[in-house]
Amino acid sequence: MYKIVRKEDFSSVTKLFEVEAPKIAAKGKAGQFFILRVDEKGERIPLTIADYNPEAGTITTIFQEVGRTSKDLGKLEAGDYLVDVVGPLGESTEIENYGRVICVGGGVGVAPIYPIAKALKEAGNEVISIIGARNKELLFWEEKMASVSDKLIVCTDDGSYGQKGFVTDAVKQVADEMEINKLWAIGPMPMMRAMAATTKPLGIETIVSLNPIMVDGTGMCGACRVSVGGETKFACVDGPEFDGHQVDFDLAMRRLAYYKDEEKRAEAATTCGCGGGCGCHK
Amino acid sequence: MSQVKIKHEMPLQDAGERIKNFTEVALGYNEETAVAEANRCLNCKKPKCMEGCPVEVPIPEFISLIKEGDFKGAINKIKTKNSLPAVCGRVCPQESQCEKHCIVGIKGEPVGIGRLERYAADYELQHGGAKPGQKQQSTGKKVAVVGSGPAGLTAAGDLAKMGHQVTVFEALHVAGGVLMYGIPEFRLPKDIVQTEIEKIKELGVEIKTNYVIGQLDSVDELLEEGYDAVFIGTGAGLPYFMNIPGENLNGVYSANEFLTRTNLMKAYQFPNYVTPVKAGERVAVIGAGNVAMDSARTALRLGAKESYIVYRRSEKEMPARREEIEHAEEEGVKFALLTSPTEFNGDENGNLTSMTCIKYELGEPDASGRCRPVPIEGSQYEMKVDNVVLALGQGPNPLVPRTTEGLELTKRGNIAANEETGATNKPGVFAGGDIVTGAATVILAMGAGKKAARAIDDYLNNK
Repeated sequence: MYKIVRKEDFSSVTKLFEVEAPKIAAKGKAGQFFILRVDEKGERIPLTIADYNPEAGTITTIFQEVGRTSKDLGKLEAGDYLVDVVGPLGESTEIENYGRVICVGGGVGVAPIYPIAKALKEAGNEVISIIGARNKELLFWEEKMASVSDKLIVCTDDGSYGQKGFVTDAVKQVADEMEINKLWAIGPMPMMRAMAATTKPLGIETIVSLNPIMVDGTGMCGACRVSVGGETKFACVDGPEFDGHQVDFDLAMRRLAYYKDEEKRAEAATTCGCGGGCGCHK
Repeated sequence: MSQVKIKHEMPLQDAGERIKNFTEVALGYNEETAVAEANRCLNCKKPKCMEGCPVEVPIPEFISLIKEGDFKGAINKIKTKNSLPAVCGRVCPQESQCEKHCIVGIKGEPVGIGRLERYAADYELQHGGAKPGQKQQSTGKKVAVVGSGPAGLTAAGDLAKMGHQVTVFEALHVAGGVLMYGIPEFRLPKDIVQTEIEKIKELGVEIKTNYVIGQLDSVDELLEEGYDAVFIGTGAGLPYFMNIPGENLNGVYSANEFLTRTNLMKAYQFPNYVTPVKAGERVAVIGAGNVAMDSARTALRLGAKESYIVYRRSEKEMPARREEIEHAEEEGVKFALLTSPTEFNGDENGNLTSMTCIKYELGEPDASGRCRPVPIEGSQYEMKVDNVVLALGQGPNPLVPRTTEGLELTKRGNIAANEETGATNKPGVFAGGDIVTGAATVILAMGAGKKAARAIDDYLNNK
């Protein structure tokens, strides 16, 4: 059992958990993820690791309530326990001194971009960070991102905070003014696709972190397969980071949507109160 | 007493009924049948059957105890050598192991050794009372076992009996490996697997779940952290795909994924259990091994109206156990033989709708000794399918090999290990099971675990 030591509500749907996992906290690196189960009947879902605290023996994750499992998760409070936490999984980010880099976090993507920006900064890079959300309510960790960046640009789609517009617009502005050696972009699939489309003509090497459906997370099942440069890769052991210009985003997005109907049924099973017997969510 | 030529039949759940549930198909002997079957054993002075058993079960001895009605004695006798008798009694391919060598089998059917092993094991599960096995005095040596499948569990149980302190590291949230995620409930109930694992824990074995060696700790770190030896039994974890167009369409599963969702995550009880799995009206399983049969039979139980085995060779070459093929046939699984897909086709949402197949004919025998399938030109046709399950075998999981410095691998990426001892090129590091041999059977993995345990014991005594 893994204790939730801290919970923070960033918005009605965005939550932070700090979870006791001393070994992962000591071993994990930027770019890696973990898998959890909420309870004995729960599914295994991958979540990104937003921060490591080896002294306290904790890892931090930030998630958005979108389906049954993330909503079940959101109901837990500090002091509650997760039945399973396994990680760190995936390959870590290749951290070097590249020169000047951009780290883009869209929506909850700000969470996993933070440790990457931090590690890149520590490696001597000039780090320009761009974070964005649909509106002010959904933004978080502005100060934390500022603390590991040489420059921080904040955007909201509706202009309710920071600069109005998409993170892709901000990247274009920056790239107009100066040379960028490498870029990391993490966020919802459409945002990463748009980012890759933006940076390709600019010739900026772009790394994205994919979040496909996973089961075991150790290379055993192939649920997480993605196509990169025409080759099938397993995001869990070959990724989760890939060259954004090579990723088949359409395929990745279609694969994410495969269990839409089941998602609805799984959610209905918790809300109608019949426990599965009434047939309302067949 | 006149010799009964035929093995006593295993009572089965009716085929029409069982495809509607996930409960066990084979129901097991009752006491009377078990004793009668045991009486078919000649108690040979030189028991040939034992030559066929990778874990050296004293077969005539335990069968003699069943003849006498001493079922507790029988299970204790088996447990001196085999830590997972209820598992082996169900899933061992006895026809190609112990029973293949049985003298009674020359003039009739061999003694139902597997069925008797299962009877003794189930007797204990119901009545309890078996000894947890003889344990020697503590040696003070620590052994790490990576993976809690059949190889790891066997090595762990044997090493614990030898007096070593054993910790098993398991990547998933539950111990058992393929016994939990792969083999379906209707062939091997998961409660039974867990009960046998509990018995191994009673020997003093510690099992750490959610612990991925290769990510959290490397094998080298385990040695640095004070383990005197490491046994790697991580299995064949990387599913093969066909590399044909459309393979990443929604609805194309690896057998590992299809079975893991269903067995480990209990998707057959969705939405009570939250993990979903899909088996549409028509399901095609590519391949004809035991895993393919398990997948095709699972599809029926998940509600598929038609479930096909699609295999590019003929019936004779199908690698699955005869019994599994028969059970699949009884349940209505259809066989499209000498057939293989060349492309998967989907709709605008990327969901699988059909596959293009080509027919084959058999040519000259190839390197494997089996006739090489040759595609028949112009024989393409389209087969409508909602789901495809690829059961084409698995390669070695890369996590341990790629993080263990200097570990010698084979060309296929398996760990190179001595067949008799499991010793690798790294001192103190042993390996066995599918990670060494490539995908094989539960009992062969167990045999490798047993041999390695003995070699590790020797290594530790001389260290």
